[in-house]
Amino acid sequence: MSAIRLQQVSKAWAEVHAVADVSFTAQAGQFVTLLGPSGCGKSTTLRLIAGLETPTSGSVHLFDRDVTHQTPAQRHLSMVFQSYALFPHLDVAQNILFGLKVRGVGAAECALRLQRTAELLGLGALLHRKPAQLSGGQQQRVALGRAIIAETPVCLMDEPLSNLDAQLRQEMRQELRALQRQLGITMVYVTHDQTEAMSMADQVILMHAGRIEQNATPAELYAQPATVFAARFIGTPPMNVVALPEHAPAGVLLGVRPEAIRLASDTGHAAQVLAVEYLGADSLLTCRIGAAQLNARVPGHHANAVGATVRLVWHAEDEHFFDAASGHRLTQPPRQHVEMVR
Amino acid sequence: MTNNARQHIHAWLLLLPAAVLLAAFTHYPAVATIWHSFFSTPKGARAAVWVGLDNYLTLIEDPVFWQVLVNNVWFALGTIPLSIVLAFVMALWVNGKIVGRGFLRMAFFTPTVLPMIAVANIWLFFYTPGYGLLEQFTVGFLGLPSHNWLGSQSTALISLMVVTIWKEAGFFMIFYLAALQAIPPVLAEAAAIEGASRTQYLLRVVIPLLMPTTLFVLVNAVINAFRLVDHIVVMTRGGPDNASALLLYYIYDVGFKFWDSAYAATLTVVLLILLGLAALFQFLVLERRTHYQ
Ligand SMILES: Nc1ncnc2c1ncn2[C@@H]1O[C@H](COP(=O)(O)OP(=O)(O)OP(=O)(O)O)[C@@H](O)[C@H]1O
Ligand SMILES: [Mg+2]
Repeated sequence: MSAIRLQQVSKAWAEVHAVADVSFTAQAGQFVTLLGPSGCGKSTTLRLIAGLETPTSGSVHLFDRDVTHQTPAQRHLSMVFQSYALFPHLDVAQNILFGLKVRGVGAAECALRLQRTAELLGLGALLHRKPAQLSGGQQQRVALGRAIIAETPVCLMDEPLSNLDAQLRQEMRQELRALQRQLGITMVYVTHDQTEAMSMADQVILMHAGRIEQNATPAELYAQPATVFAARFIGTPPMNVVALPEHAPAGVLLGVRPEAIRLASDTGHAAQVLAVEYLGADSLLTCRIGAAQLNARVPGHHANAVGATVRLVWHAEDEHFFDAASGHRLTQPPRQHVEMVR
Repeated sequence: MTNNARQHIHAWLLLLPAAVLLAAFTHYPAVATIWHSFFSTPKGARAAVWVGLDNYLTLIEDPVFWQVLVNNVWFALGTIPLSIVLAFVMALWVNGKIVGRGFLRMAFFTPTVLPMIAVANIWLFFYTPGYGLLEQFTVGFLGLPSHNWLGSQSTALISLMVVTIWKEAGFFMIFYLAALQAIPPVLAEAAAIEGASRTQYLLRVVIPLLMPTTLFVLVNAVINAFRLVDHIVVMTRGGPDNASALLLYYIYDVGFKFWDSAYAATLTVVLLILLGLAALFQFLVLERRTHYQ
């Protein structure tokens, strides 16, 4: 059953088209991330699902029920806000229990759930503090607590881990993912961090300028980026997308991931090394082939390579082709290329 | 001279002008008033003599004092809660997304910017028997018998209370409006997501968050209620038969009509104590609760 379905949803303010013609479906129990650069409409999409904004056009469905014109309370979901939105006059326990109290859940049940949630989030010692007495990361955990204690079938999160330190963030990712699986929650999770999106999600919705650029599994997004934007957004460092006349005819761009490029001694493209960045296990070489500039991620330490000429090779199956005009992926390799391989 | 001592001297020098003014026009008169309340009123050649607590004994036995005190308590009870509630409701209203809210805000605030004497004169016209606005409605439209609102013992004080509520509510509304606008809108969104109705949001979030404002407004309202004098001077002069006299008006009467300065000083001490209690309350309770941080 589809838990969330958006049909051609658009949201425009006077001049800004924050979200344009967005459609997607999230199955019950799925973990979906909305990924994209700042200002691409992730938060707006989330708010449209929550009912905090009404779409200019299109419809929103929850569990096959049209909720486009329902209030947030009627939609019965939970949400973690980008700015936490904790109630400043209530302590941590009261903040977490706010939703249960207004919905009239009994005291015993409240105490039980509070204890479980506080334990999960490591908030046990902070229950009687006011939000102003907490660090940013602690506030974020309280906001998480308020969302997960409700155990609603749909949970929306707007960059919930952005203020935590690297270690805590790593832990929380796993905790959240485990919790989401355990409770069977349908999660829509906004992030601009591709690592977070790729590692947590069943389905990644990549957005750009209010539109969906690609909606795919993390593996698919990595292996078959649908557009130049998707190709250049995913990967560390992202895919090289270049015009390379020997490989792609005019009007077609070639895409190769840096990690698919290897150094060879006799065959391949002659390239000049412009810069070397040492990453530990491997090094990132910035090279130039003709007018095109590519990154290559190769094992080892290449400290002395700057200025040298190296030879770069890659497998034909690691090549991606994009239409230069539209930016869309070409499923058929261009003919000229096929001839060249022979 | 150490650096520290110099700093202290500089600080005191900077504070001196304000301190002098405060001492000359606030602290000295207050202390002098208390001092004078233990003396008799100087009359002609007779200088003031020490009478100890005599003035206070007179006060306890003065039926007019008790009447104005009771009047004042009723006045406070009748005006404060109502004007605060009204102010809150008006603030909620003009804080909403409605057409013409700029106009509404101005309209609600107008009574506050008008001079008290002008306000009293306008209301004097409203209450005038025969052709006043109120009479035109009650007599002309509803067909009720004519009534002298300000001139009868049973309604004089209430009529003054209505004017005060009308004037104070707009003033307090500004405080509530400022406080309401300081509440981040995302809190309303969070409450809505959590399933709270508008009423629940109001009761559980807005009103608690406005608590410091309410306390502040409350203290100010109490002080204002015991300081009111202008309306009475213009509208009723305390009459009929002291039915609408309040403490400060009585002090004015005693001091500047009967020229009994010692007894006026004694009454003023009572007023000072009442205002002092309000200030103390503000310091002890309000100051602590204003800050969540
Ligand atoms: N209330 C509003 N009025 C006008 N424009 C808005 C409003 N809310 C958002 N926008 C605009 O809509 C666009 C999308 O905003 P949104 O908050 O969805 O971005 P985002 O993807 O969440 O970005 P970030 O990663 O920085 O949070 C932005 O250009 C923003 O300026
Ligand atoms: Mg956002």
